[in-house]
Amino acid sequence: MSTVAQDGGLHARDVHVAFGGLKALKGVDLKLKRGEVLGLIGPNGAGKTTMVNVLTGFQAATSGDVTLDGRSLSGLGPRNVARAGVARSFQAARLFRDLTVRQNLEVAGIGSGKKRKEARGLADALLDWIGCGNKSDLLAGSLPYGDERRIGIARALALSPKYVLLDEPASGMNDQECDALMRLIAEIPDRFDCGVLLIEHNMQVVMGACRRVHVLDNGKSLAEGTPAEMRANAEVRRAYLGTKSDRGQLI
Amino acid sequence: MLNFIQVLIDAAALGSLYALVALAIGLVFGIMRLINFAQGDYLTIGAYSLVVPTASVTPPLLFGALPWPLMVAAVLATCMIAALLTERIAFRPLRNANPATLLISSFAVSYFLQHALMLVHTGRPKSVAIGASLAQAIDIFGVRIPGLQLVTMITTVTLLIAFVILLKKTAIGIQMRAAAENFQMARLLGVKANKVIAFGFALSGFLAGTVSLLLVAQTGTLDIRMGIMPVIYAFFATVIGGMGSLAGAALGGFLVGVTSVLLQAYLPPDLRPFRDAGVFALVILILLAYPKGLIPSSASRERV
Repeated sequence: MSTVAQDGGLHARDVHVAFGGLKALKGVDLKLKRGEVLGLIGPNGAGKTTMVNVLTGFQAATSGDVTLDGRSLSGLGPRNVARAGVARSFQAARLFRDLTVRQNLEVAGIGSGKKRKEARGLADALLDWIGCGNKSDLLAGSLPYGDERRIGIARALALSPKYVLLDEPASGMNDQECDALMRLIAEIPDRFDCGVLLIEHNMQVVMGACRRVHVLDNGKSLAEGTPAEMRANAEVRRAYLGTKSDRGQLI
Repeated sequence: MLNFIQVLIDAAALGSLYALVALAIGLVFGIMRLINFAQGDYLTIGAYSLVVPTASVTPPLLFGALPWPLMVAAVLATCMIAALLTERIAFRPLRNANPATLLISSFAVSYFLQHALMLVHTGRPKSVAIGASLAQAIDIFGVRIPGLQLVTMITTVTLLIAFVILLKKTAIGIQMRAAAENFQMARLLGVKANKVIAFGFALSGFLAGTVSLLLVAQTGTLDIRMGIMPVIYAFFATVIGGMGSLAGAALGGFLVGVTSVLLQAYLPPDLRPFRDAGVFALVILILLAYPKGLIPSSASRERV
């Protein structure tokens, strides 16, 4: 195997983050490959959002390293990490409300160096894919919540990233919307040649979209494996039994 | 009745000028939260570029001596270069400063430019005649419209339409609107801050050049402080229109200009010196009724 292949992927090694005396992450090892959807789960306060922030350059790691296809991302900052090929969606979609839906995606397309026409074509393709093709000329500020979330994901993909990190995309969605979203997320690796890290509380979505799941607990990597293995893992069960919200869904 | 129509035309012409200045201020504010009081000085620089720097009060023409298309192009280019230089030298290093710091620095830039001009051209008002052919009035249904006012209104309407198309349809326009609404998010999506901001300043210089030509053609005078009142009026216009909203800035500019002319025409003669007070009273009333301006922008909605 070549060294590139060995180092390929978005790879976090022994990442620690401390906010003053509070240790949010205490050694996380995580590797996301380009062809997969990796779930990142854990009880509230486990450090999921901090981990996403480290991977996307929003938060500098106190120690440890993140590499993208072998190249270190330390100290790059969010814009350069995005330019290097790691995109993210936000819990609040943060669309440009005064731009049309299509223009929201076009901004990302143009920003990642595409020609206007190409950006527009990609925007239309993405909107058709998420089922919002008929809404492309509406102002983004006028959309219902579920659409906003899906468009936020589409906008991240309009950057043509190598990896995309989705931060609780299903929160606030109803069951039908969750099912549709789950199918879309599962399609991303093949359709866009893009690895997905899915941070999500809704276990149905995680179990449906991911073949591999990484569990964080108390700032540390607790376990990693298939959804079925995680369901059967005693330590994972213990971590979740301590909390109320996700217990029923996981087991 | 005819007199009233004439007054309305005066009002619309002045409103158009203020709308253009307000648009320039709104454009730059939208992108970098800078209320650029130096906007008025770009206008002054453009006006002075018409004449050769001398101490004379009737100086020989410089750009003003060129055939009119070249003259227009030279003045526009001068203002755009002035705007771009101030952005590069004064405002870019302060890009992450808070709006108050930016505002103060725009005052500093404004004073600097005024005094630099004074060094070159002296502080005395000068007279200059350009666009004499526009002075002739055109008769439309018995209403005599001075050619210059017609040109002012047509120019404004054309520019407003061009701006709408630029902002809504072009790649740079979409990026500018995205940056105006959420600068950080736009940058995360790859929008280049330097490019978008420089483009905004270039456009504001373009507008300043347009206004300076129209203003000088109208008044025939040059004054180091000629940009101050338009910029103050335009600032109020952007406030009542809704800070950061371009449609609001244009509308506000128009309202302020129209009010000013109407007050001038219909106030009892003894009260006319207080015309500006009347305009500012209007600003206060509008802000009482619409605290976020007439057409608030999304950015201001979110921030509140």
